[in-house]
Amino acid sequence: MDASALKARANRRKLIIQSALIVFSALIIISAIRSAQVNLNALGLASGFGFLERSTGWSYSFSLIERDINDSYARTLTIGFLNTVFLGLLTIVLSTIFGFLIGTFRDARNPALKTAATVYIQTFRNIPLILQGIFWYAIVIHLPGPRQAMSLGDAIFLSNRGLMIPLLNVSLTVALVMVLVLIVAAFFMARMKVSVIKIVLAMIGLCFFMVLIATGLTVPAGEGAISWPELKGLRFVGGLTISPELLVMIIAITLYGSAYIAEVVRGGLVEVPKGLIEAGEALGLTQRVIWARIKMPMALRTIIPPLGNQWIFIMKATTIGVAIGFSDLFYIVSTSITQSGQTLELIAILMGAFLLVNFTIAQFINWLNESLKLKAH
Amino acid sequence: MADAVVSKKFDWQLFRRRSFASPMDTVITVIVFSGLAWLVWQALNWGILNAVWSADDVEQCGHGGACWSVIDARHRLILFGLYPYEEHWRSTLACLSIIATVVISCFPWTWTTKRLSTIWIAGFAIYYLLMEGSLLGLPQVTTDQWGGLALTLFLFSSVVLIGMPMGLGLALMRRSEMPVVRGFASLVIDLIRSLPLLTTLFTAAVVIPILLPSWLEGDKIWRVIIAFGLFFACYQAEVLRGGFQAIPKGQFEAGKALGLTYWQILGRIVLPQVFRHALPATVNNVVVTFKETAIVIIIGFFDILASANAAFGTGAWAPYYIEVLAFVAAIYWIFLFGLGQYGEYLKRRMNVAER
Repeated sequence: MDASALKARANRRKLIIQSALIVFSALIIISAIRSAQVNLNALGLASGFGFLERSTGWSYSFSLIERDINDSYARTLTIGFLNTVFLGLLTIVLSTIFGFLIGTFRDARNPALKTAATVYIQTFRNIPLILQGIFWYAIVIHLPGPRQAMSLGDAIFLSNRGLMIPLLNVSLTVALVMVLVLIVAAFFMARMKVSVIKIVLAMIGLCFFMVLIATGLTVPAGEGAISWPELKGLRFVGGLTISPELLVMIIAITLYGSAYIAEVVRGGLVEVPKGLIEAGEALGLTQRVIWARIKMPMALRTIIPPLGNQWIFIMKATTIGVAIGFSDLFYIVSTSITQSGQTLELIAILMGAFLLVNFTIAQFINWLNESLKLKAH
Repeated sequence: MADAVVSKKFDWQLFRRRSFASPMDTVITVIVFSGLAWLVWQALNWGILNAVWSADDVEQCGHGGACWSVIDARHRLILFGLYPYEEHWRSTLACLSIIATVVISCFPWTWTTKRLSTIWIAGFAIYYLLMEGSLLGLPQVTTDQWGGLALTLFLFSSVVLIGMPMGLGLALMRRSEMPVVRGFASLVIDLIRSLPLLTTLFTAAVVIPILLPSWLEGDKIWRVIIAFGLFFACYQAEVLRGGFQAIPKGQFEAGKALGLTYWQILGRIVLPQVFRHALPATVNNVVVTFKETAIVIIIGFFDILASANAAFGTGAWAPYYIEVLAFVAAIYWIFLFGLGQYGEYLKRRMNVAER
């Protein structure tokens, strides 16, 4: 056989394998649809997304926006989605901050810091997240009741009803606008290469200024600018109450996630060529400046891609909230499935939502990675 | 030679010099170490010095120390779940066979495809035969009665056993020259990897029965294991992809020039090197899988976490939830810390080999 005949045979084989794969997958999908129809008919369920308009008639633990027992499935699912994104973003920010701190400690010259960071990482990384969640939840719900709540300067209270903290007396929209202004301002200052310390000072000033304006304009007469939690009867009034479920999820995911991010950060710091650090030392720079101007900027390039994986992991980890009754999207979807029976549609919504969120994070990380890349490389 | 480089001796001189390098360092050292010492002291105080080890009744517990009597009283439930009491020796032996399998496969001597697969299949078969029992002429115990640590180890070992070949298959498909095959593998891998594990398992437990005709449904536990195996496989495929990328293309070409077939090149030249490169990451993936088995409590399996909840869930032992959860956490911690340190050791060993 000559070369061309051999090539033709190989091509034919490739074609057969590929068409077999397509036919096989198509067969599986078609038969799945067929038996789904048979099984759903037997259960007497109508398929389609019509159920989204129906009202749910059940309640759940946590919501960022107004909710009611008569909410439609669509609204309830939206609330679940918002809860997942809220918890995910909050824990991503917190674990990234702690992770960078502990990762830096792990890389420090001082053995004490190194030991403490190692103990932290080895403790929280080697116990399943869900076990940590259940552990903290058991602790929190066994705390004393509101009357015997632990308090910090009569401003922050911790009891089995959750954590009560003082709150700025403004509406949610105003608060969101303020956060947005801060982010945009910080972004532009960073673009104009203002130093970090100046940015932080400016942010504090801006924050103070906005609080003054906002409280002056929107706080109803006769109320203070800050609402303090106060014990009235058997429960707390005023301030912001962080429910036990949310509190536990924040604690558990932050401890666990920051241990992982710390390892990522240390990995990046270790990768920085020794010569660069020695060059910094030769120039007489202090350890702090070497860290901020040489080590971290160099390390960030190795840190960013695995950091993105950790962020996606944290976003996915919010689903274990279902174990302690935090009403994230997974919780809402699984309750909806038991209540309405619309399994396929609800699972599709769940998957679609996670694909969307994780795709967005991946895009953001790509953008970050691109903008940090050394231009000449 | 490698061991000499890997095991670094503790340098007391350097430790002291760095601890007190500057006044700032001295302050940090004193504060942090006294904080740690305080934590250790508290833990010792609670866990050992003030603890009650075997009280006959609950009344003796609760004087500022741990009440390990709850473990004494409930350890069988935590370790074996609902498994028949008089058959617990089988469950113990079965667990030991899985642990032995994991430990044996940590030795470099076993790192050939043939030996590793023999060991894992044998270990798993011993586990299954002992637990199920009917083939050995023992009383039959069906999977719905398995529980506790035994069930966790079962899920873990079957997931690794099923997932490993699946992962290799997916990795090879993703490297295929055929666009349809490649696209199919990429789609599956990326899809599963961007969804939470819980979604995958939940789908297997709840959605698949709708999509399958009733005669093909099978047990829930097998559906969940296969889904979990697929999840493991998708991560393993990415791990192996990293290994494949480390192999120079010339090696394939050299193999082709020698007249070897695709499978011969793969089996004799490429795969041994791929596995060697991917080893630390593979260990990491196995560690994560062991940790994630804890999640099956949510879809209704009586794993070690669920049996721990049951152990303090009723009556008299209810106040001692911390002890039970700490016990389970310690079991996980020992497994995971051990495997993790082993992974670190492999990584260093490989860095030395590459130098």
